Amino acid sequence: MSTLKPEINSQDHIQGDDSASVTIVEFGDYQCPYCGNAYPIMKEIEETFGHQIKFVFRHFPLANAHEFAFPAAIAAEAAGLQGKFWEMHDALYENQYRLNGELFDELAETIGLDLEQFQQDSTSEEIKRKIEDDFDSGVRSGVNGTPSFYVNGTKFDGGATDLYQMLKESAE
Amino acid sequence: MLEKGATAPDFELNATPDQKIKLKDFKGKNVILAFYPADWSPVCSDQMALYNEMLKYFNKYDAQIFGVSVDSVWCHLAFEENRKLHFPLLADFEPKGAVSKAYGVYDEELGESKRALFVIDKEGKIAWSYLSPIAVNPGADGILDALEELNKK
Repeated sequence: MSTLKPEINSQDHIQGDDSASVTIVEFGDYQCPYCGNAYPIMKEIEETFGHQIKFVFRHFPLANAHEFAFPAAIAAEAAGLQGKFWEMHDALYENQYRLNGELFDELAETIGLDLEQFQQDSTSEEIKRKIEDDFDSGVRSGVNGTPSFYVNGTKFDGGATDLYQMLKESAE
Repeated sequence: MLEKGATAPDFELNATPDQKIKLKDFKGKNVILAFYPADWSPVCSDQMALYNEMLKYFNKYDAQIFGVSVDSVWCHLAFEENRKLHFPLLADFEPKGAVSKAYGVYDEELGESKRALFVIDKEGKIAWSYLSPIAVNPGADGILDALEELNKK
């Protein structure tokens, strides 16, 4: 059974209650259509199960297959430096159908980032390393494609819909 | 299926129409063989797409990866080009599945290779092998663990 390595730590982007009983980690790629499909379902999971859920996103860009996957991950991290990781995360998935190299600045403006700072941060080596660390963590944790989910540290064998179903059944 | 400790059967397979890969030429290097059923499975869950992102990891462990399926060289070429793969795919095409059979990972019923992984050490011995359910992409953590183990020796 594959487990999450390393465990959730201060480098992670975490949404939801600290005391939540269920922690979901997604390894995702902003250009992957399957991740795009999972996005609204993850939102629904967060809404339905509220305080019971903590959600963590780690990057797993398939950079050869998806040319904008890595730049998109950079955009999310750069927004994170201004405290708006999740705003960019949402905007990227909501605009995945028109993802291209020019989209990032536009989204940065839309979510109210300091554009100059955003552009400067987008060239940061540290951000690049953070994304590579996430990828590394995915590889070590047995990620075999995107999206891959981990529930309380153990690899979940299924997609977002299966995850929703599982949570619903265990809540009943 | 061949297990740890067995000598990896030598083979000579085409990677391109005019390039043959011989296993014994890779003595002194670790070799990863990833047998898989067929080219053209869906992108994001695709095993070869994952390994494609991991070449620098394999490099670090002085390992060369080869994908192996019964598809022809021309099919492999089109697949490599379409998915921008940067490692060789070998055509176990004629006689069909012979190498897959030698490694004990040929599915007679489907006429395809099973989904199986082998890590072969620098002396040509199998250091680790793993058979995955046909529909499950086994990822790469097992490969990395095996390479790490070899590195310690």
